Amino acid sequence: METMDVETATKAVNGKPTLPTRRVAIIISRGSLDGVYPGLIMANGARMEGIDAMLFFTFWGMDAITEKRMDHLHVATVGNPSMHIPTWLGGIPGMSAFATSMMSKEMEKLDIPPVREFIQMIHDSGGEIYACKASVDMFHLKKEDFCAEVDDIITVGDFYEKSDGAQIIFT
Amino acid sequence: MNTKEIAGITLEVDAEGFLKDSKQWNTTIAEAIAQEEGIGQLTDSHWKVVNFMRDVFQERGDGPTIRQLTKESGVDTKSLYQLFPGGPAKKAAKIAGIPKPHGCI
Repeated sequence: METMDVETATKAVNGKPTLPTRRVAIIISRGSLDGVYPGLIMANGARMEGIDAMLFFTFWGMDAITEKRMDHLHVATVGNPSMHIPTWLGGIPGMSAFATSMMSKEMEKLDIPPVREFIQMIHDSGGEIYACKASVDMFHLKKEDFCAEVDDIITVGDFYEKSDGAQIIFT
Repeated sequence: MNTKEIAGITLEVDAEGFLKDSKQWNTTIAEAIAQEEGIGQLTDSHWKVVNFMRDVFQERGDGPTIRQLTKESGVDTKSLYQLFPGGPAKKAAKIAGIPKPHGCI
């Protein structure tokens, strides 16, 4: 009996072996445009590949799911050595807005959606979206402050429970 | 070179089973691949997606992104994932007889 169970478990619909569904848990901890996008792209990419995905927004990362802030994320031009411009130049008023608009245009060309649309896309594709309880308490936020796609506010313990067996990616 | 017999015809495919020559494709082949991929019987909604993918490929030489697919084909994201569980763009491309899409989105 036991061997038969093993056999049926490894056999799939049309003779191809089935693998257990992969799952990724992606943590987004930064709130700049360049801090948020990698996690969103990876979560969406996972869903496209048929991999289960959950997003956990913590600390400044929560800006990406906060109703008031999610449409106004910026690229950091100060304290960002990868910008290859001097710090004093990055600090000139309008520099961050300029860099943000440049990057947004380039992303649009690649058909990468704005944050709000991206979050909705991931949610519609079955990706789960959570906010970190500790950060929510620290910033005095409520469920109503978040966009509708946020499934829940969860503790670190809940996070580990939900990400059981998943690959955890911190961004 | 990999070959595979689909719907009674021997076809050239890549390592993942995508057709090498999209011109060899026909609707019977699409139905057969759909069965093999566990999608089952293709409905009108499935065909809407598959035909859209073929049109875009013929026009631009690559399959559409998920975003184009949902914006332009009239099938929304939720339905798309329900129609093609386990990777919509990839599975729809395979059924449409076009190469695996190259984009990340």
